[in-house]
Amino acid sequence: MEHKIIDLDINTDTARQILTRFIQTEINRAGFSRAVINLSGGLDSSLSCYLAVEALGAENVLALCLPYKSSSPDSAEHAQIVIDTLGVKSLTIPISDMADALINQFPDMDRIRQGNIMARLRMVVLYDQSQAFRGLAVGTGNKTEILLGYTTLYGDSASALSPLGDLYKTQVRQLAKAVGVPQVILEKPPTADLWLGQTDEGELGFTYAEVDQLLFMLVDQRYRPEDCVEAGFDENFVRAVMERVRKNQFKRLMPPIAKLSNRTVGYDFLYLRDWGT
Amino acid sequence: MKLTIALAQINTHLGDVALNLQKHLELIRQAQARGAELIIFPELSLTGYCLQDLVPTVAHHATEDDPIFKPLLDASKWIDILVGFVDEDHRHRFFISAAYLSQGKVLHIHHKVYLPTYGLFDESRFFAPGNEVRSFNSRFGRVGVLICEDFWHASPPYLLWLDGADIFLFTSASPGRGLGKRPTLDSARWVEDMNRAYAGLFTSFVVHANRTGFEDGLNFWGGSTIFDPNGELVNKSPHHEEDLLIAEIDLNQLQRTRARLPLLRDERASLTKQELDRILGCGR
Repeated sequence: MEHKIIDLDINTDTARQILTRFIQTEINRAGFSRAVINLSGGLDSSLSCYLAVEALGAENVLALCLPYKSSSPDSAEHAQIVIDTLGVKSLTIPISDMADALINQFPDMDRIRQGNIMARLRMVVLYDQSQAFRGLAVGTGNKTEILLGYTTLYGDSASALSPLGDLYKTQVRQLAKAVGVPQVILEKPPTADLWLGQTDEGELGFTYAEVDQLLFMLVDQRYRPEDCVEAGFDENFVRAVMERVRKNQFKRLMPPIAKLSNRTVGYDFLYLRDWGT
Repeated sequence: MKLTIALAQINTHLGDVALNLQKHLELIRQAQARGAELIIFPELSLTGYCLQDLVPTVAHHATEDDPIFKPLLDASKWIDILVGFVDEDHRHRFFISAAYLSQGKVLHIHHKVYLPTYGLFDESRFFAPGNEVRSFNSRFGRVGVLICEDFWHASPPYLLWLDGADIFLFTSASPGRGLGKRPTLDSARWVEDMNRAYAGLFTSFVVHANRTGFEDGLNFWGGSTIFDPNGELVNKSPHHEEDLLIAEIDLNQLQRTRARLPLLRDERASLTKQELDRILGCGR
């Protein structure tokens, strides 16, 4: 049975206007004028780089290329196209030695652990360069991966602000196309590139086109899971996605503080980040 | 009779009342220089919107002896001012408020009666709801003031209309949400449609000042509007950017529209009351 098709298209002009102003405003309010971005050469980080340049100017954006020895050469090549096209500052810092210093101590370490180490080392470099360049770390995560928890906690999920966090992957692709991200990046299969041949859709077991439709119904439109099944989605698929969303809630929150006092950070000590600015 | 209105579609500093006051005074000066007789600031224009635990620290009394209101009251000797602030009563309840200042006096204070506490909103956690919906006389005619969620409900504008308001002054700090294919966000379209509808339904002027800028990830979409008694757009500020809109309205339009379309004359408020009494009396 075919499921109900939802049009996830967005107005890219409006998205672009809001997101560039968001980047500029929130970085300025924090007392900065520059941004640092981990540029993998994939869709999300390329789009983030384009938006940051539009918001802050190329001279205020530092793109970091942080390859591991098994990273696909395509990734570096595509990142370089973005850097050359936008004229941003860039640094290439291989993380192989740093990562292997830990990985080699555990000969039987599985690739999930290895992948997490790479993602977290990229965070370490990102935040170090954030300090060195006096720029805030612009995150590259999208709504699909945030909801599915398809991200390494304190790794690629770490950032100062998240311009793409309310756009599903298919919407990220639409916006990336509109702002002029190169065709070769738009068309390649999404990958975290943590091991050879890894693709997001292969690892997740479903396509972004499919899961974005379902997530939009479940999250944005507040359909109950049984309503999604009634709308034609496979029951096992709906259940698996719901379970993924539930199990990964911990990645979307600060760690719970055990409440003892009358006023506790996170529960009843409530201020925005923009407090006083 | 003509009235020149200024809509101050501004961004604010979150919790910095003194800095926001400076911006108000500067815009009041500009509006006055451009011939405005009334300037309208958005919801919580003196404080910023997502105040949370900042609420008790930003409250002020709209009185002569308050250091924030003193310069505003002075300025109101030359131009009428509607300003958004946090009011605190003598028993320390806090209200999202709008004060109408004219000729050095506070003519009216409205406390927001509907505090949205759903979705991204959490106002009832921090504020007390107002308990009055009242129109008042200004030097330009009878006016009704509402704040954001107040006019998402149909009853407050209706009550103001029955209480004699011909000019509705609506203020918002409306976070943008709902991006689809259209260039306008769902929330912006909804508010604009409502305001146009109220202008037509009540054959009145509906003036709406919304703020702009960001607070953390929330964007405030601006798009302030003035609709005339025919439901026609008189003027509009752009979306998502600061603006000082100066527009003239022709108050004589009220007579022309109501001669054509006597909805006010034919409104049967006592029928409404009779049926409301019945409905509420049934305990529904």
